[in-house]
Amino acid sequence: MRAFDPDRLIELVQVIVRNPMRAFLSSLGVGWGLFMIIITVGSARGLENGVRADMGNDVANSMFMWAQSTSKPYKGFQRGRSLELNLADVAWLEENTQHLDLVVPEIQLGGYRGSNNVTRAAHTGAFDVHGVDENYPQVNPFRITRGRFLNPGDLNAQRKVCVIGNRVETVLFDKGEDPLGEMIQIQGVLFRVVGVYKPKGTGEDAENAAESIYIPFTTFGKAFQTGDRVEWLSVLIRPNVDAAEAEQATKDLLLLRLNAHPEDKRAIGGWSMAEEFQQVESVFGAMRLVSLLFGALALLAGVIGITNIMLISIKERTKELGIRRSLGATPRRIIQQILGETLFLTILAGLCGMVLGVGLLELLDSFIEDGGDAGVFRHPEIDLKTVLNVLIILLGMALLAGILPTLRALSIRPVVALRSEG
Amino acid sequence: MLSLRSIEKSYPLAGGQLPVLKGIDLIIEQGEMVAIMGSSGSGKSTLLNVLGLLDNFDAGSYHLDEVDMSELSERQSARYRSRFLGFVFQSFNLIAFKSALENVALPLFYQKIPRRERQKRALAMLERMGIADRAHHLPSELSGGQKQRVAMARALITTPRVILADEPTGALDSVTSNEVMDVLREVNSTGITVIIVTHEADIAARCDRTIRLKDGRIIEDGNSKVVIEPTAHGYTPDAS
Repeated sequence: MRAFDPDRLIELVQVIVRNPMRAFLSSLGVGWGLFMIIITVGSARGLENGVRADMGNDVANSMFMWAQSTSKPYKGFQRGRSLELNLADVAWLEENTQHLDLVVPEIQLGGYRGSNNVTRAAHTGAFDVHGVDENYPQVNPFRITRGRFLNPGDLNAQRKVCVIGNRVETVLFDKGEDPLGEMIQIQGVLFRVVGVYKPKGTGEDAENAAESIYIPFTTFGKAFQTGDRVEWLSVLIRPNVDAAEAEQATKDLLLLRLNAHPEDKRAIGGWSMAEEFQQVESVFGAMRLVSLLFGALALLAGVIGITNIMLISIKERTKELGIRRSLGATPRRIIQQILGETLFLTILAGLCGMVLGVGLLELLDSFIEDGGDAGVFRHPEIDLKTVLNVLIILLGMALLAGILPTLRALSIRPVVALRSEG
Repeated sequence: MLSLRSIEKSYPLAGGQLPVLKGIDLIIEQGEMVAIMGSSGSGKSTLLNVLGLLDNFDAGSYHLDEVDMSELSERQSARYRSRFLGFVFQSFNLIAFKSALENVALPLFYQKIPRRERQKRALAMLERMGIADRAHHLPSELSGGQKQRVAMARALITTPRVILADEPTGALDSVTSNEVMDVLREVNSTGITVIIVTHEADIAARCDRTIRLKDGRIIEDGNSKVVIEPTAHGYTPDAS
């Protein structure tokens, strides 16, 4: 392989240095285009990161289901029959499902979003109280900051133990007081605190999640006379299983189990986090696409600018091209020269725009990290794959920008070029 | 050896064609020093461009060392220009933003000679022309004579078989013109063919052979001492 000839680079630099203002103005468009791509894609990602952080408490493949009233008569039962789930149904579902990895029974005092008085000495608060099993954190993850979560022993022995959220701790305990081993009273029943958790994520959902208390499902049934009644199921869909398909299959199984009409759409309620995530993902995908599209259009305008300037440059340098050809420059060398100049100018401008864009994103990020109020906007960033894609687009655009000037340069006959002024 | 046979060339005009060369038959042997004279529009520069493969012709044949030049592609023509031909122009045709050294080294760049070697040879050539001290100056910082010496150094750097000079002294004073002709004579003495287009009789007088064109045809071809004398054609040395 022939070694790189530094004169090739020197030639390119000479052409640009000869008319720096023109080089700057012509490359400004491309630099601006790249800057816009980086900023818009990075900002879209910042928004996405912010929303994802708010959803941080949720597991992408989780789903929630509950029994409701029937809307169709079936096997002698009238419509409007109230359906209920219990632990036996949970065990049956786990045995028969092909779409789910985990089924966690859940019950709450006062039902969904119900709050109940919880007291400790002179402290009182209204918190959500959930009966769950030891697998619950897999569906609704949080960080145990002290102590532990519920374990199978708690479930089997129906222990009166609880795990409290950090907001519960703040309300029921004095500052610096260790809640572990202390007793709290829930609806008049005493429970011992065995752990404190902090929700993942941020925002309103995370704040609500910090105000919950978890007790063993079995203890819940006994303490609050709900027996083995299950209010809803929190489930994990198996990897690579379509969320909608898993939801329908699980509903079908529960309808079968509860002797409800197979076509009854209202008998089983459900809410799929996976579908939510898919919708959010598609919105962000569209945002990324739109920002790339707008950036590419800005880039195209820049490329047209460079083409225009290069065409003017070729006209001005006709004589120089004639001299080069009289000295033995082959058409291939002329192509290399003109394309090289266009590529050099475009890529240099593009890289400058890219560096400035990334720099601005970093600046924004550090401002947010330092506590700046950016609302639902977090870690604006641009990943390597996008950068590489943008570089490929840039290279393509640069080649596009070079085609017309190169063809123009090649079309001038040496003798005509030598006769021209300049 | 350069051999032209029945070369015809015309330029398109709004109303048709303007014939510039009308059946040129010419043989120039290796090592000759030839002047091409003629009045403005006689076709002498066009003939030089055809000889230099800078322009094509409409009819006839052109052989350079027995190789037919009429069927060459642009790439092949560029190769021949690079390896066999050297050009010296009236307006010097130096690249303005390159130093004297870079201008002289440029033909070697197109021959893919390594950079160090290019610079070494270019500097040696400038020394031979007596302007090595101006190597790093831009053309705008050189006198007319120095520019033409740079142009000649550039033409000679590839050790061509033929030097084609189009009015090489046209923009120079008489002292510098003589110096340029001295260099060209010296070049010719090494066996390189030198073909000079000129309208100056004293320049043609320093060549061995003079060809006179009129209206695209060779009207005289012979020893310079004979051809440049006033003749029945009405030519006087100062006429152009």
